[in-house]
Amino acid sequence: MNWSSLVIPLLLAGIALYGTGKRMDVYAALTHGAEEGLTVLLRVVPALVGLLTAVSMFRASGAMEWLSDACSPLLGLLGIPPETAPLMLVRPVSGNGALAVASDLMASHGPDSYIGRVAAVMLGSTETTFYTIAVYFGSAGIHKTRHTVPAALAADLSGFAAAALAVRLFFGT
Amino acid sequence: MAMTFVWTGMVVLSLVFGAVFGRLDAVANAALEGAQSAIQLSLSMAGILCLWSGVMEVMNVSGLSAGLAKAFRPFLRRLLPNACQDTETLAAVSANVSANLLGLGNAATPLGIRAARRMAQGCYGVASNELCLLVVLNTASIQLIPATIASVRAAAGCETPFDILPAVWFASVLSVLAGLSAAWLFSHWGKRK
Repeated sequence: MNWSSLVIPLLLAGIALYGTGKRMDVYAALTHGAEEGLTVLLRVVPALVGLLTAVSMFRASGAMEWLSDACSPLLGLLGIPPETAPLMLVRPVSGNGALAVASDLMASHGPDSYIGRVAAVMLGSTETTFYTIAVYFGSAGIHKTRHTVPAALAADLSGFAAAALAVRLFFGT
Repeated sequence: MAMTFVWTGMVVLSLVFGAVFGRLDAVANAALEGAQSAIQLSLSMAGILCLWSGVMEVMNVSGLSAGLAKAFRPFLRRLLPNACQDTETLAAVSANVSANLLGLGNAATPLGIRAARRMAQGCYGVASNELCLLVVLNTASIQLIPATIASVRAAAGCETPFDILPAVWFASVLSVLAGLSAAWLFSHWGKRK
């Protein structure tokens, strides 16, 4: 048994008990939330259709390989597998795009391969940086963002390198 | 608009590379297969995604996220000392951080924006050091349970989609620390000039 198999049942039971202890209708909240999940999914599907089309074409044409090869000397220094270069380029710009590229990587290399795992951890440890910056500063009326962009990109780059390092540490290559 | 350029760029590059390498048949097939795999992916993700949204809702309604928000206050008072003198900003920032931790992206953004607006008052459109920190904190992911990623892994045929959790936590902590120290470094650089 994998220890992570304990996390989900424990979490579900814990939350159910906690909510019941607070005398709330846990089941109604659960189904209401699931309904919201469906609306979120509905908004993601059209983007995924567009993006997975482009990503598959990009891979089939050999452009993806070329991009990975072009980035591999630099990425080698950071210990990042070059196959994930397209994911790193898309990640700060588009969350759905990153999801499409990562799922393409997992499908072609396998979800439990080194590259598949690194792609998953990269996706989990970084955010859609430029989108977030635009939303926050846009609504706060800030036009001089000063050092926000370089600092946020430093966080992304360290997140990518840390993702590869973490997978090597916890799973090996 | 940015995505228009990304999408157009990818499609045009695919056409050019496909023509140069003589792979146009494969490119044409890939376009159709990609669209189809998007629907397959969405369908296989749907279950976990909906279940997780339900769990999030229970956490929210039961006050679990509010409790988590309270636990973060001492840390945030240190990180953003000026902004957190205002109790309403402190409340919004701590709720923003706890929503991010629980993966409630839809709840986190409006809370963060409320805090950013209050912090931007009297700044005349120039971001303060603390506002930069808040935004950097939000551009670095700090999710405890990355459910979307687990659902993508499950869709790709992974039997233990959550076994990457420790690796995700490790990488997230390093990335957040790097972002905060970079922001701190850059703000001190600016002062010296």
